[in-house]
Amino acid sequence: MAKEYWRWTEYRWTSPDVKLNGQQYITCGIDVGSVSTQAVIMLDGKLFAYSSMRTGSSSPESSQKALTWALEGTGLAQKDVQYIVGTGYGRVNMPFAHKTVTEIACHGRGANFIYGPTVKTVLDMGGQDCKAIRIDEKGAVKNFLMNDKCAAGTGRGMEVFADLVCVPIEEVGQLSLTVEKEPPPVSNTCVIFAKSEASALLEEGWEVNKVLAAYCSAMAHRVVSLLQRVGVEKEFAITGGISKNPGVVKRIERELGLEALHPNIDAQIAGAIGAALFGKAFLAKGGK
Amino acid sequence: MITAGVDIGSKTVKVVIVKDGKILSKVIMPGGRKKDEVADQAFNEALEKANVKREDVLKIVSTGAGKKKALYAKDDISEVGADAKGVLFYFPNVRTVIDVGAEEGRGVKCDATGKVLDFVINEKCGAGAGSFTEAMSRALEVKLEDMGQMSLTSHGAVPMNAQCAVFAESEVISLIHKKIPKEDIIKAVHDAIAARITSMIRTIGVEQDVCMVGGLSLNVGFVKSMKDALGVDLLIPEDPEFIGALGAALAAQG
Repeated sequence: MAKEYWRWTEYRWTSPDVKLNGQQYITCGIDVGSVSTQAVIMLDGKLFAYSSMRTGSSSPESSQKALTWALEGTGLAQKDVQYIVGTGYGRVNMPFAHKTVTEIACHGRGANFIYGPTVKTVLDMGGQDCKAIRIDEKGAVKNFLMNDKCAAGTGRGMEVFADLVCVPIEEVGQLSLTVEKEPPPVSNTCVIFAKSEASALLEEGWEVNKVLAAYCSAMAHRVVSLLQRVGVEKEFAITGGISKNPGVVKRIERELGLEALHPNIDAQIAGAIGAALFGKAFLAKGGK
Repeated sequence: MITAGVDIGSKTVKVVIVKDGKILSKVIMPGGRKKDEVADQAFNEALEKANVKREDVLKIVSTGAGKKKALYAKDDISEVGADAKGVLFYFPNVRTVIDVGAEEGRGVKCDATGKVLDFVINEKCGAGAGSFTEAMSRALEVKLEDMGQMSLTSHGAVPMNAQCAVFAESEVISLIHKKIPKEDIIKAVHDAIAARITSMIRTIGVEQDVCMVGGLSLNVGFVKSMKDALGVDLLIPEDPEFIGALGAALAAQG
């Protein structure tokens, strides 16, 4: 079978420190996106376990699979999870969720958890959309702008490029930073046109890292204009899968003239973390 | 007087040789990477087909996204100008031209002499042009040339949420999983592109007669979707892909 360069590694994690110990609030947040699904388990609002996998053709199935995988080896059973909150575009079809919350609200909350109360502007670059969110010190959403109509500035766009240049998607970012001189960005924002433009550049003899640099640059430019429309207030942070692509992150920072806060956990799970925290809040209010 | 027109589009290169208002030959070739070389090849082939020597061609005019790549062309004209001139050759009463190519969708309003009165172009989004149907033909594993006929056999309407051709590829996969028949999906794609083009054309106004050209007008399913969306009849010339090159050749006649 031909190598699938766009296929990123699915993964799960269990906390080495947080242990099952009669905690009061056992909650779960599941973020079902169009490209990936994350399930996060929290004990009293502390990160316990999580999983991230590709969303399949059935979103209820994907959410269940992600949850099962996140629980694997933790000693916790699904029936012991007191509150499950769904988010992401697949949240409307998650039969075992107690409640659903919009992904904007979840990313705001999740960013606040990951980055702390100083973060006021969040850029979420997901699989098929990108969002610029203004939040307060508690992670509550003040304003936002979203592009979900166009693949430019989204993970799908990056997957298309990884496939084009035959570089595993996880290596794309680093490779794009190895250029000596920054090339001009690809002129087309449309992924389809950018792809033809990039093919032509490769034919002309451009090296792969240069083509990737040009594309990451165009993508950074695209999302920065979205950010500027909603206004950028320090501190600034990035969530979603592309937060792990240093090629795009560095170029965004350069264009904004602002450094993004560095996460010490995987920022792709921000949405699911936010959802799990909402679950804790609902439980604490005694609600169902 | 013998003249030639060369249209260097994003996907293909077209050459038309005209003598005193009659078409002597037409050639179309895939563009490939080295457009200037292909433009040369296509021109030589057209000369052969027309049984004409290079020195007999008085003037060559180019058009299309790659018009500057035709190094042998003396002059170039805009694609909208070429569209208008080319269409009037076949249909003198046309006042609105719709040209849907591989990467661009255009609407042109013209008068009886081929003068361009107004125009609108979409070149930013792949979902408003042929690249969308190409992406779909890959996702559905259906030959591009079969898409038209297949969509005509569709009975149902399938709502497509994705406005982006890249997202539509994934949406199509889940539609297939839901066992939606391929012909219904293809019709939905044609309808989506037609809706996009129609709202674009309405910004300049639709005045009859309306003519459609460009590669996508060869797709019978898309043509039906366009007729339904616009609500008017559409004239389609023979060999609609050559309109640009023909228009350029006619412009060369002066």
